[in-house]
Amino acid sequence: MSRLLRPGATVEMAHGGGGLATTRLVREIFARHFANPILAQGHDAARIEAPSGRLVMTTDAHVVSPLEFPGGDIGSLAVHGTINDVAMGGAQPIALSAAFIIEEGFPLETLDRIAQSMGRAARDAGVPIVTGDTKVVERGHGDGVYIATTGIGVVPEGVTIAPENIAPGMAILVSGTLGDHGVAILSRRQGLEFSTTIASDSAALHRMVADMVAAVPDIAVLRDPTRGGLSATLNELAEAAGVTMTLDEAAIPVRPEVAGACELLGLDPMHIANEGKLVCICPADRAQDVLDVMRSHPEGRDAALIGTVGDRAAPGTPGLLRMTTLIGGTRVVDWLAGEPLPRIC
Amino acid sequence: MTAGSPLPEGRRLRIRGVVQGVGFRPFVWRLARDLDLAGEVSNDGEGVLIVAWGQRAGLDALARRLVEEAPPLARIATVDEAELSEPAPAGPFRIVASRQGAATTVIPPDAATCPACLAEVREPGGRRHGHAFANCTHCGPRLTIARAIPWDRAHTSMADFPMCAACAAEYADPADRRFHAQPIACPDCGPRLWLEDATGARLADEPMAATARLLREGVVVAIKGLGGFHLACDARNAAALATLRRRKHRDAKPFAVMATEAQARALCVVDEAALALLASPAAPIVLLPCRADGGEALPDGLAPGQDHLGLMLPATPLHHLLLDAFGGPLVMTSGNRSEEPQAIDNDEARLRLAGIADAFLMHDRAIVNRLDDSVVALDEGGAPVPIRRARGYAPAPLALPFSDLPPTLAMGGELKATFALIRGGEAIVGPHVGDLEQAAALDDYRAMLGLYREIFAFMPAIVAVDAHAGYLSTQLGEALAAECGARLVRVAHHHAHMASCLADNGVGGGAHLGLLLDGLGLGTDGTLWGGEVLSGDYRGVERVGGFAAVPLIGGAAAMREPWRNLLAHLRHAFGPDWRTRAVPVLAHLPDATRLGLAESMMERGINVPTCSSAGRLFDAVAAALGLHAERISHEGQAAMALEALARPFAAKERPWRTVTGLDWGNLWRALLDDLADGVAPGRIAARFHLTLAQALADVAARVGHAGQRVVLSGGVMQNRVLLAALRRALRERDLVPLSHCRVPANDGGLALGQGIVAALAGA
Ligand SMILES: [Fe+3]
Ligand SMILES: [Mg+2]
Ligand SMILES: [Zn+2]
Ligand SMILES: [Zn+2]
Repeated sequence: MSRLLRPGATVEMAHGGGGLATTRLVREIFARHFANPILAQGHDAARIEAPSGRLVMTTDAHVVSPLEFPGGDIGSLAVHGTINDVAMGGAQPIALSAAFIIEEGFPLETLDRIAQSMGRAARDAGVPIVTGDTKVVERGHGDGVYIATTGIGVVPEGVTIAPENIAPGMAILVSGTLGDHGVAILSRRQGLEFSTTIASDSAALHRMVADMVAAVPDIAVLRDPTRGGLSATLNELAEAAGVTMTLDEAAIPVRPEVAGACELLGLDPMHIANEGKLVCICPADRAQDVLDVMRSHPEGRDAALIGTVGDRAAPGTPGLLRMTTLIGGTRVVDWLAGEPLPRIC
Repeated sequence: MTAGSPLPEGRRLRIRGVVQGVGFRPFVWRLARDLDLAGEVSNDGEGVLIVAWGQRAGLDALARRLVEEAPPLARIATVDEAELSEPAPAGPFRIVASRQGAATTVIPPDAATCPACLAEVREPGGRRHGHAFANCTHCGPRLTIARAIPWDRAHTSMADFPMCAACAAEYADPADRRFHAQPIACPDCGPRLWLEDATGARLADEPMAATARLLREGVVVAIKGLGGFHLACDARNAAALATLRRRKHRDAKPFAVMATEAQARALCVVDEAALALLASPAAPIVLLPCRADGGEALPDGLAPGQDHLGLMLPATPLHHLLLDAFGGPLVMTSGNRSEEPQAIDNDEARLRLAGIADAFLMHDRAIVNRLDDSVVALDEGGAPVPIRRARGYAPAPLALPFSDLPPTLAMGGELKATFALIRGGEAIVGPHVGDLEQAAALDDYRAMLGLYREIFAFMPAIVAVDAHAGYLSTQLGEALAAECGARLVRVAHHHAHMASCLADNGVGGGAHLGLLLDGLGLGTDGTLWGGEVLSGDYRGVERVGGFAAVPLIGGAAAMREPWRNLLAHLRHAFGPDWRTRAVPVLAHLPDATRLGLAESMMERGINVPTCSSAGRLFDAVAAALGLHAERISHEGQAAMALEALARPFAAKERPWRTVTGLDWGNLWRALLDDLADGVAPGRIAARFHLTLAQALADVAARVGHAGQRVVLSGGVMQNRVLLAALRRALRERDLVPLSHCRVPANDGGLALGQGIVAALAGA
């Protein structure tokens, strides 16, 4: 074990100063866990062979409390989140960058664990972290650690994924159970004791996406229903495409323990964040093919057809997203503007 | 004119109000002929215009008798008279056809079958014997069949039924009761009735007799009515009721019953005021007390936990004939699954009511606009307390205590969504549409609003919405304001409730007090309100008192599970050690795990918005007395059970004297002490109602002055035990209570107040 990581050691202001302390921190924690040939070049700007075709690029800032939770931590979450953002463009990720903003006094041991998890996530995904940055802020000016990640990727020939492709009659698919991440984070953060531990679904979806777009290149759109949950994602798409959508409540996969927790907390799984799920809208006659591909991947094991795209409708009017309920009614699925405020008088 | 009589005089009479499409012109024509007058009567954009010449006595008689003898559906607002200098035209008094463009733009409310039509339907050998669709100028379908304006047959779903020669003759004869009765029909030319089974196969039998037979066998039959489909079954058959409840996913919400007057009297106490309301042209469901003595005992499944029954008399010949054939009271509940809007279209009914109804009594006249049955209660003095305003009332205008309001569209609330069009000195309050979260209700709301805007040629300059950005009605209003280039005005929920009650009572400006009790709404300070004492007027309100804010554990989940409110109130009253005080009610709280999680939510602020809700206090007290503590199956269930429990004791009990202010700590102390002492739950429920009334009246007396008006509004004011106690307590303190009489105290009345507040703010 290095001198840096002696028991009880914490991040100091000097670790962000750019001097020896910084070099040591980068070398002994980040470089060690992220190790890959491009990073090993040691340049401030990583050099990557330019691929042909269309590039996608995305960036994400990760702020999560708690930093470590069942099913992941801020490190793996940062990798998965950025890879998924690239993948939702139908692209295959090539490389990631990572910038760390660390609060003075943050335990180095924890930072090491997070970096290790982050490196493992990147390695498992086959996407190298090729460059990065480290800053330290004074005690009280940060929440432990923030991670900003950027990802670049390449879109395969013939794949055009955009909300404009959405047309009446198309099928709406989801790759698995809803609400796992949000409920896992909330219960760990608040120390809520549910009978079963609920783990985050945090996962990288690009391999599944690669197979999906290879099998069905005319997939209209892919989205990861993160903040705001499935309801925000689909409302946004319905609005952008100018269509109604109708979901079937019975078909929407939700783990019983998540449903139970939501019931008690007064939350709706439709509104809760996911970190390892995607929504796919595709022509109805290809829905089964896409489902088959998704189900052949562990991260798409519980994939389901959950609804259909309805008629064209004027954007800007509420009620585009609807759901046929378990007892046969149809209700409007609204998106939440921030904190849910009860409406019932 | 005989020789020697004074010269004839001319007079112009302008009549405003509900005077079009109600047989007013032929009525004037008959009067004028009777009084030997010359001249003419016409309709125009302002109402009815009469120019008449004759002896002064005859003209005076015309002016008097057109008010005194007006047709049953007419509502005269004003009559303006002016002398005419020009000479009388030649020829007899005549009816001038509506001028194009200035045609009869007003569509009247639907009206229950009049006695004359009913007599024809029952007259053996008569032309309309047994005809389920008979109507005349005094009765029949109106808004429910209207597609557009003007109000004539071509713009209704009767356009599909060309008049036969006999009907056409009646339609053209000013002396006939059916002169210009747009939906006129007879067995030769009118809609057809049939009965089909669950597979869609039509049964050959006479439909009415066959339906009655099925109902006697305990079958659930879907019946196409005036404003939508009903699901009907024998109200005396417990097994049929249970089947209907199970299939409809309706656990305990009371069913409405349709009965003849005689059957109604066997079930409920029907006094004169109740009968007048039941038999009025609107024919609403009236909530009537069940007979305690010697009355007919109906199955418990009809209105579980209730001491009142919602009763209505048959409103169309179809329903009269059905009751005649069946011979007993029928459950008539809305034709839908659970809380959805009722079906109106035949195919839609076959689809949506499949698996609920075993047979369908259908006809081929389309219901264009869904209108639910209206619901009215009666207060302790026999005055109507509107609960749901729809069929029979909409779209009649309401006169306002203002004259020049700019065209304002008010979007209303969320759960009992109702819009209002306000202009000049009147408001047209749309029908109850229901919970906008139900997609069908949202669609209906849009369609109905479109129709109303067309009927009333309404282009808003101002769009009023609730302050709550999450209401679908608010979102719709925002989109509409942008589309129309109208000014958007956001109105705090309880300000709108207060303004609604003032306008309902015809009160204009002045500084008033308001006791606004409901579930919740966004207040002027951006927090959730629900039990407020406000001071102010249409232009603004100040919160001068209110209930303590208590967490809603799990937000909207607190509306569904009363125990959450009991826990929140106990913790608010007694702090973390609440358990030691709460022994008498621990049995009504859930297991330790759920309780522990709920407490964690409160401690850590997870989805626990606070609200000064009156509705949730009622839920908490209901839960403390063991009423639906775990979960309610429909809105207001626990509070309604609490009211029913309190009613028999309300006159005998006294308030808890230790309770002062609106913080409720002492209320919980007194309640728990009573429970520990073994006081009967009914007496505790009564004491709670009386204590609330006393505490609120005390606050009103402290901040108000003698003779000041105190508005009583918000959904909790539908509680008639509380309403009566509050009014008494306020009067004892020299205050003047004002409660709703034309629109509901609940959110169904919200749009009226919202619109006036916005109209005055935007003007
Ligand atoms: Fe309200
Ligand atoms: Mg991003
Ligand atoms: Zn009639
Ligand atoms: Zn006819």
